[in-house]
Amino acid sequence: MTTTAPRPDLASLLDPELFRRLHEETHKATEIRRVALVASKGTLDMAYPPLILATTAAAMGMECGIFFTFYGLDIINKKKLAGLKVSPIANPAAPIPVPNILGMIPGATYLATFIMKRMMGAQRMPTVPQLLDMCQQLNVKLIGCTTTMGVMGVAKEDLRDGVDLGGAATFLDYAAKAQVTLFV
Amino acid sequence: MSNTAVAQVLDTSGELCPLPVIKTKLAMDKLAPGQVVQLIATDPGSKSDLPSWANSTGNSILEAREEQGKFVFLIQKT
Repeated sequence: MTTTAPRPDLASLLDPELFRRLHEETHKATEIRRVALVASKGTLDMAYPPLILATTAAAMGMECGIFFTFYGLDIINKKKLAGLKVSPIANPAAPIPVPNILGMIPGATYLATFIMKRMMGAQRMPTVPQLLDMCQQLNVKLIGCTTTMGVMGVAKEDLRDGVDLGGAATFLDYAAKAQVTLFV
Repeated sequence: MSNTAVAQVLDTSGELCPLPVIKTKLAMDKLAPGQVVQLIATDPGSKSDLPSWANSTGNSILEAREEQGKFVFLIQKT
């Protein structure tokens, strides 16, 4: 067994006043708890996880922001929101599991979406628009990705009222101060 | 049974996560410190979600019990 040299007492090396200030600053920095989420998918099923996490984080007193990028931008797009669907293709866990070849049939996606919405309704799950309303009521920051807007030809007026706009740097600056960051 | 005065009863029976937590938070916002909400929930997740929420927000759970398949919490605003 090796003996380790006794570690110097940190406080004795520092000016006590400086030590107190550092201590205070460190704790102040951890006081704000922040959750930074990316919503990248434009399907009905994948709209739920970020919105549920965001509303819950806000209810727990955490700061929360969601960056809506690529197809995820559809979630805050007024023209696209009502059209979010569940695809049965490559989705063995779809409400009714459908072989992929049948999932290609016109109407299969419509049917899977209809069934999922009915299941959600029966379980009294809030709808996606209701969750978005809750997000805004709880001061969740909704950030629309400007790059996606450019690529997909989406105007600011197409998005929900009250959303912020930004690019990758905006999100990263926000996420760098977060303790929880998730890509959905 | 507890004899704590309950300022508001919140019944979220039949509702799933995140509603019990969100509705508790919104109800607590309208109360004064020291007042108590009685929350009734059937979401099995609420059994651990509410203590986590209370721990995170600093509010106190005075009582948590299971009654005929329902979770009943007494939560005091700090």
